[in-house]
Amino acid sequence: MKHIINALVENKPGVLAHVAGMFAARGFNIDSLVVGRTEDPRFSRMTIVVIGDDRVLEQVRKQLAKIIPVVKVQDFSGQPVVTRDLMLITVAAPPEKRAELFAIIEVFRGHVVDIGPKSLTIEVSGPESKIEAFIDVCRPYGIKSLARTGTIAVPRQAGAEL
Amino acid sequence: MNSRITSQSGTRGQAQQESLTGAEIVVRTLLDLGVDTMFGYCGGVVLPLFDKLFDAPIRFIVPRHEQGGCHMADAYARASGKVGVVVATSGPGACNLVTGLATAMMDSSQVVALTGQVRTELIGNDAFQEADTTGITRPITKYNCLVKDVKDLERTIREAFYIASTGRPGPVLVDLPVDVEVARYHMGEPATIDLPGYKVRTKGHSRQIAMAAQAINQSERPVLYVGGGVITSNTSEQLRALARKANIPVTMTLMGLGSFDQTDPLSLDMLGMHGAAYANYAVQECDLLIAVGARFDDRVTGKVATFAPHAKVIHIDIDPASISKSVRVDIPVVGDARCILEELLEQVEHRPRTAWFEKIAQWKQRYPFAYDRNSPYIKPQYVIEEIWRQTRGQAIVTTGVGQHQMWTAQFYKFRHPRQLITSGGLGTMGFGLPAAIGAQIARPDALVIDIDGDHSFNMTMTELATAVEHNLPIKVCIMNNGYMGMVRQWQELFYGKRYSKSYLANPDYANVARALGAVGLTCEKKEEVPKVIEEMLRQERPCVVDFKVDRHENVWPMVPAGKSLNEMNGLDILERLI
Repeated sequence: MKHIINALVENKPGVLAHVAGMFAARGFNIDSLVVGRTEDPRFSRMTIVVIGDDRVLEQVRKQLAKIIPVVKVQDFSGQPVVTRDLMLITVAAPPEKRAELFAIIEVFRGHVVDIGPKSLTIEVSGPESKIEAFIDVCRPYGIKSLARTGTIAVPRQAGAEL
Repeated sequence: MNSRITSQSGTRGQAQQESLTGAEIVVRTLLDLGVDTMFGYCGGVVLPLFDKLFDAPIRFIVPRHEQGGCHMADAYARASGKVGVVVATSGPGACNLVTGLATAMMDSSQVVALTGQVRTELIGNDAFQEADTTGITRPITKYNCLVKDVKDLERTIREAFYIASTGRPGPVLVDLPVDVEVARYHMGEPATIDLPGYKVRTKGHSRQIAMAAQAINQSERPVLYVGGGVITSNTSEQLRALARKANIPVTMTLMGLGSFDQTDPLSLDMLGMHGAAYANYAVQECDLLIAVGARFDDRVTGKVATFAPHAKVIHIDIDPASISKSVRVDIPVVGDARCILEELLEQVEHRPRTAWFEKIAQWKQRYPFAYDRNSPYIKPQYVIEEIWRQTRGQAIVTTGVGQHQMWTAQFYKFRHPRQLITSGGLGTMGFGLPAAIGAQIARPDALVIDIDGDHSFNMTMTELATAVEHNLPIKVCIMNNGYMGMVRQWQELFYGKRYSKSYLANPDYANVARALGAVGLTCEKKEEVPKVIEEMLRQERPCVVDFKVDRHENVWPMVPAGKSLNEMNGLDILERLI
């Protein structure tokens, strides 16, 4: 089972290596790990998607919290959160297929961010399932390259999906 | 220690507004933190620091190898309860600390390591004697960091001491580039610690403690299972009071030995793979297991699924990550063992538990630790018993790792905390001799004995020269069976007696000792054992005794790896011996 863990860490050299090293050394599985600055320049936020049962997750949380530059650890499992992945995907798009592709992009609320003679680069963001669905739809056209950020998440304030 | 970290002492006054080099800042901060003893080895990029140590009022011990220095600092910490400090140069110096740091990490020992590093602008360029020290040591330290700016130096060193000595203690490494050692900075008011991610919880949750007390008061067959945390947190008195008041037998891990007087009738001695049968049976049959400062290591639990199968489990520990890591805990109490036991003590009641103690007495009578007293050979257990007798159980004992370590744990009945200094978690062969040196430096008036194995001694025997240089009256008793004994035992039992590479040709240890300036003795006959030990104890110089012990003796009982604690091998052998 996938869990989303959120760790507020000190913005210091070596913290990412420490966190990644701890996961590797203890045999925990990282599905994705995203680090970025926060509203406070002293801290960064890591969003880590981990695969494991409750017991593994408890250890992940505790071992993360034990790392000294890790300030706070939150487990978003079982609580409403907004999650987003960002993807840039370059798809083969000969002129005769472009209209079709534009229609698909429209449905997924994606943006074309680059156009080449035979391809389109598209930006799509959304929950992981939407990203996966978009990849599936693009596959028959031919995916030339693909880059994804991994999941970031914040707790949901409103009661339901907007 | 703790209060000194932030407090200001007399050395600070004259430092106001003075411009100091990084190296001077390091030395002044160390003095302010109360450091009076250090271990370490010089080298290129720590020259500025060593220059300032030249006339500092700090006793400095130079080992023959940085690994030895790190073990010395570790044992110094364990014997004294103070922080042990070790210094090494960059590259090979820092790399040689690795085994020592990992040893300290696994046994939660408060060590601060200062390493030199190449100039900041050379870092990452594969410079001469450059190694990624913080990268290499990150998984084997509680915390480490590279100081890139002299402004951060004093604060970082204070933080290192604070982190090393509080919570669940552990080694901290500070990497000092040589340009930071020579850069100048004004030292003003003592720097304040800034560690937003480090909070130490000392007081236990009172509802959890109340639940624990209730479970204790209701239990018919409780066992206290205590580890090194009781020693680190200086909780032995509270442990004794709790065991007596609530009337609970106490078993100890290897790291916990000394936390509870083994001559007390409530003692069940050590549990686990080579623990006492009566301790293992008691754990397997108890209805309540009260773990204090112990971490359910695989050498203690055997097969986890069948460990203490009938017991409700209380776990008192300062490290939340230790709780429910391998064994599910019913009542966790996170905090300092001393605070928690003090609170618990007020809430527990005395219960006679006659049936339980009768059962334990039967096990104790039926399966004591034993060996063949009629053997014509020198039995290592006999040597250890005789050392115990002649030292009246009062020596500080260090060990290497292997059979001799287990026999020491079984046959030297420890009475006081900080009396046994051994590498429990990492199992570092070669720990014994440098540990004896560190312990003797920490406790100059104590009798310090390294009960060692021949192969363990081989690994770090060069440190004998260090003991001679400082005229430390340490005693080294080598249980010389000519084998890596524990490896040989496993090969005998599990590998069809194919003794693959577990034998080395040993030197004449008495001659080695004499060549290095120590006293060297050899004991080849059983009847000479008491006399040789007497002679050893008379020495005021370092003394090595080579006991030529029975080469094929095994450690019993033994829970084979992956078996339950009650599935011990060798009980039939023990029964025949008594």
